[in-house]
Amino acid sequence: MKTSPATFAQGRPRRHTLIHVVLLAVALVMIYPLLWMIASSLKPQNEIFSNLSLWPSEFKWENYQVGWRGVGVSFATFFKNSLVIALLVSVGNVLSCSMAAYAFARLRFPLKRLWFSLMLVSIMLPFHVLIVPQYSLFRTFGWLNTFLPLTVPSFLATESFFVFLIVQFMRGLPRDLDQAAMLDGAGPFRIFWDIILPLTRPALVTTAIFSFIWSWNDFLSPLIYLNSVENYTVSLGLRLFLDSTNASTWGPMFAMATLALVPIFVFFLLFQRLIVEGIATTGIK
Amino acid sequence: MTQRALALPTRRAAVGQRPRAASSRESVAAYVFLLPWLIGFFALTLGPLLASLYFSFTNFDLLTPPQWIGLDNFTEMFTQDRRFRAALLVTLRYVVFSVPLSLAFALLVAMLLNREIRGIGIYRAIYYLPSLLGGSVAIAILWRQIFGKEGVVNQVLALFGIIGPSWISTPQFALNTLIILHIWQFGASMLIFLAGLKQIPQDLYDAAAVDGAEPMSRFFRITLPMLTPVVFFNLIMGIIGAFKAFTSAYVVSGGSGGPLDSTLFYTLYLYRKGFTEFEMGYASAMAWVLLIIIAVCTAVVFRSSRLWVHYED
Repeated sequence: MKTSPATFAQGRPRRHTLIHVVLLAVALVMIYPLLWMIASSLKPQNEIFSNLSLWPSEFKWENYQVGWRGVGVSFATFFKNSLVIALLVSVGNVLSCSMAAYAFARLRFPLKRLWFSLMLVSIMLPFHVLIVPQYSLFRTFGWLNTFLPLTVPSFLATESFFVFLIVQFMRGLPRDLDQAAMLDGAGPFRIFWDIILPLTRPALVTTAIFSFIWSWNDFLSPLIYLNSVENYTVSLGLRLFLDSTNASTWGPMFAMATLALVPIFVFFLLFQRLIVEGIATTGIK
Repeated sequence: MTQRALALPTRRAAVGQRPRAASSRESVAAYVFLLPWLIGFFALTLGPLLASLYFSFTNFDLLTPPQWIGLDNFTEMFTQDRRFRAALLVTLRYVVFSVPLSLAFALLVAMLLNREIRGIGIYRAIYYLPSLLGGSVAIAILWRQIFGKEGVVNQVLALFGIIGPSWISTPQFALNTLIILHIWQFGASMLIFLAGLKQIPQDLYDAAAVDGAEPMSRFFRITLPMLTPVVFFNLIMGIIGAFKAFTSAYVVSGGSGGPLDSTLFYTLYLYRKGFTEFEMGYASAMAWVLLIIIAVCTAVVFRSSRLWVHYED
């Protein structure tokens, strides 16, 4: 297949100018809310809702200090909690999903087709239909108000989408590699660890990035499972902060909202290429 | 590309491989690798799925054992519960407006970006960023302010002498602000469209140019038909995602789904029933109705795809 993107704009520079104008206008509208939030996080209170300008008349860095103190519990705690959960979820998903994916992509075993189609179906399953029984199960385990309900499932490959993503990637790897290793006497475990896993790195990194971001943004599960403020994630902390916000604390509110987005933004900058490719090839969002 | 991701890989594996019986050693190894997934599947997916089906026929408050009440939850839902009906209608309106609008926008921008222009990487990054951030509480809080009484939108309107209402607390407008938030996150679909556009063979356009086809007919005769598998994929994922939306409505309405239930998303009402009123049986019944609605919508799109999705081979 040819991949020539220039279709009907070739050799007509004037058209490009027009397109740039349109693209820039759209980009400005898209990015304006974010810039406004960052600007508001640095503005004095009376300026937030009265001045459209993105440049604060004076930079109020205290907004960040005040916000960081949080509500009784500091945002340092919320960030630490979110970070621990998101990291565990990433590790869990990478390990358990790559193991399952290796079995599906490379090994032959009885009932493979059955398990594989069940795995595909479970991608489509809305989480809400499992939520009540899972809650009552974790309650009998005594796991309420701990991080366990949020992290343990990821070690059991419950996010089938990632299994599927890694399967698709592993299928693209040449089979000669594992066959040669097998002739050399390597078993499935050696092949998985020494040959397949290193080659699957792009898919594993994509899995880790999206696991982290989804976990970081997750609101419903922490809302259900965590009830003491010391265990709150950033999402819950922000909500609590919002509830206790009055007219005088919008600056600190936006300061914390901005900080909450920083980790995602950093991931985006670092792994932009992988993220974009991941979306383009698998439809992950 | 996306079609390939959707196709069942088992079939491809069977073609590319010598037929070889599964050795018992390999089978054992396979099940060791599969063990975490199997435990997760039975304990956290299949088990809960069946349990919630059972709960949906019961009265269950979590503290006392569930009592069987037959179809009562479902009859209450469809005959008496006004808020359920409100939630269903709000969610359907959200899906019907936000999914096609965001796809149309994504396609339009993808078409604009599908050429060699300077700074394409920057545009792509700016358009995509909201998709990553959009699901967060931080953005929902931001939205609440932008569309509030003194928010950015009204400040801009004030420049033209218009005094806008508080959009998030006016029942006619509140849902629209959430639809706009959904459209703002068009970037992920746009990237998928962009990948699809790059797969369309240039020969088709060359041939069309020889025949003197206008840009409009090129779009409707070549681009759109060739892109239908990608539209199909985006449509299915968009519908499922929109039905599951929760965070934005929760934060923007302060957890109530207000004003006047105008942002009472289905999942929000389900959450309130299950986890604030502890009617777990009713919440389970609602979850199963949601599952069935999503399954029916997906099936309808799949069925109809024979009529409008064009596959090359």
